[in-house]
Amino acid sequence: MASEPQSVEEVSGGLRSVGYLPDGPTALVSFLATKLGKPVLVEGPAGVGKTELAKALAKFLGRELVRLQCYEGLDEAKALYEWNYRKQLLRIQAESGNAGWDAVQDDIFGEQFLLERPLLTAIAASEPVVLLIDEIDKTDQEFEAMLLELLSDFQITIPELGRIEARTHPVVLLTSNNSRELTEALKRRCLYLWLDYPELEHELAIVRIHSPDLPETIARKLVEVVQMVRELDLKKPPSIAESIDWARALLLLGADDIDQAVFRATMSVIVKHRTDLDTVAERVGVRLEPARAT
Amino acid sequence: MSGDRVDFDGQIVAFAEDLRAEGVSVGTSELLDAFSALELVAWGSAGDFRETLAATIAKSPEDRRLFALVFERFFFRAAELQALKLDVAEPQTRFGEGELDLDELRRQIARALSDGSDPDLRDLARLAIAAFGKGQGSGVLGVDVQRIRRALGLRSERQPELPEDDPRHDGIPREQLRRFEQALRRELERVQIERNQALPPKRALTDLDRSLPGGPVQDLAAVHRVVAQLRRRLASGGHELRGHSRHAHVDVRATMRASLQTGGVPVTLKYRPRRPRRPELFVLCDVSTSVTSASTFFLSILHALHDVFRKQRSFVFIERISEVTDVFLRERDFRTAAAAISRDAGVADISGYTDYGRVWSEFLAEIEDELHPRATVIVLGDARTNGRPPREELFAAITARAGRTFWLNPEPKLYWNYGDSVISAYAQYCEAFECWRTDQLEDFVRALTRPRVS
Repeated sequence: MASEPQSVEEVSGGLRSVGYLPDGPTALVSFLATKLGKPVLVEGPAGVGKTELAKALAKFLGRELVRLQCYEGLDEAKALYEWNYRKQLLRIQAESGNAGWDAVQDDIFGEQFLLERPLLTAIAASEPVVLLIDEIDKTDQEFEAMLLELLSDFQITIPELGRIEARTHPVVLLTSNNSRELTEALKRRCLYLWLDYPELEHELAIVRIHSPDLPETIARKLVEVVQMVRELDLKKPPSIAESIDWARALLLLGADDIDQAVFRATMSVIVKHRTDLDTVAERVGVRLEPARAT
Repeated sequence: MSGDRVDFDGQIVAFAEDLRAEGVSVGTSELLDAFSALELVAWGSAGDFRETLAATIAKSPEDRRLFALVFERFFFRAAELQALKLDVAEPQTRFGEGELDLDELRRQIARALSDGSDPDLRDLARLAIAAFGKGQGSGVLGVDVQRIRRALGLRSERQPELPEDDPRHDGIPREQLRRFEQALRRELERVQIERNQALPPKRALTDLDRSLPGGPVQDLAAVHRVVAQLRRRLASGGHELRGHSRHAHVDVRATMRASLQTGGVPVTLKYRPRRPRRPELFVLCDVSTSVTSASTFFLSILHALHDVFRKQRSFVFIERISEVTDVFLRERDFRTAAAAISRDAGVADISGYTDYGRVWSEFLAEIEDELHPRATVIVLGDARTNGRPPREELFAAITARAGRTFWLNPEPKLYWNYGDSVISAYAQYCEAFECWRTDQLEDFVRALTRPRVS
């Protein structure tokens, strides 16, 4: 297991070594998160690598990643813990008659009858983990309130068992697509990281790291086109993930230049709405060189 | 060193005070976080220092923008104040001495703009001020900045008369121009401070500074806050139990668990907890020309409502209605949502004047079956019919089906029922409120808790 990083540069280098290129603030906040033990709230448009950051951090720190995917209607039975009542029933039936009431009573609320859900897993793990609470904005405000105890004190209260405190300190990342305002109480407990679409050079570096076989000139052109497309008023602007997909697609097709024909054929990799396709074809497609006659 | 440290801590606290004064809520716990974070980061570089503060203090895109503005202002002033105290003057620039060839300077600056780093830009700005900012200047920074920029021949448009290799030939990108102007402004300010040996009075951020470029000046955040209250009030009102334990569902899992205490015999039945009913909301928003001034406000209310209500359907109307629910579901950004609505709602027909009669009939036709006593209908509009029949009987039918109906009118009460306004015809079926500012929106929310009249 890697020891705790001691400087921002170390985090930055470490993330790089596992294939994630952080920008300045990202490395800084990740470093602070490991040192201060505070959860990080990562916000930004879809597909800029919020979830990837958690994965990369887990890899770099040599920790296991525990992931809780949020959705509307998620409740504590699915996020925290649940009693395994079937097992409890079996236990009672197996014991019936032989044991006294008190013995059974104490027994069936033991830890072996507890079903661990992601949050409890993260808390109870003997090795420190990275906990990713993905798309927290999809849940209700009530669920946020439930998280507060966990995020500030790293403990969970189970009525029958008492308080379970974290044995190790997990690194916690919460991601949000900003589809609704999160509560102040939650924000106050977190560090805040805003991830946006990267600058041209940065994105180029990311594309190059993911598809190193693509010639530099094509990669550069690809990133330029993607940045151009992002400036249009689209329903869903292409994300970094889509630039990478596009680079891979071009590589598979063996394209040696991005001209109009290639663009039209592969455009659907980066643009995924019917109306957007038309806009992009009209506004960006024509700026490329026409296909060479072969 | 401890003396210095205390002073520095004080600076950060003062900075937080400044942020609070501009409306960013900075909690004490967040300040403490900032201090513990700063202990860990080698904050010799301005960038790291700033990011560390931002990560612990400014926690939304909105706050980030304000943070950037206040940070710039605060630390510029702090540094200048210290310089005055210690009597430090800026050293000469490192871009050569002696006679300046003005034309050559123009070209050099234009070229350096495209690849200059921040310190370079600062030196260039100083040089430009030395060369072109002769005399005392007008005393107004903005005017001086523009005068120097013009003298340098820096423009964003193409300047075909210049030679091909001159970077100004194709025009300078706006972003670079903006950066250079910013550097100019700072340097001019610094010169002024050095001359006067005193800091100018602190200028509060204006609404213009705060608002997004091109965005509405109305404080979206304030609307969101009020609407969040609105949700709580609507959710807690109007769901008294009708008939004890009606529609109670047995929770099998909980019943089994409870039965463990009685040896597996389900003696007590456990029921599913009755969830507080989510209110359903129908919002109708007038977007005609007579309410242009208020429509941004209205749309921001709609936008905020969508944030807190999952079951909401929104309509905009002029002569006919058009459902825009999915626009808000899709678009988080207020500006894009507003633009999308004005682009493809298609609610104007021929005249572009509001036709309430037709709006009610279309609304009834579309969602009559979905209205029920738990639904709340909110109408945002000025009730000006342009002489067309108000058809209040249709409106009455809507209010009869819905649980509660509210009307928010963007006109001052003085103008109600004046001219073609027929608000009184509708107000007898619903509760009408004057509402064109956030504080009035708050009044409306407060009024919701009052016992119902009907």
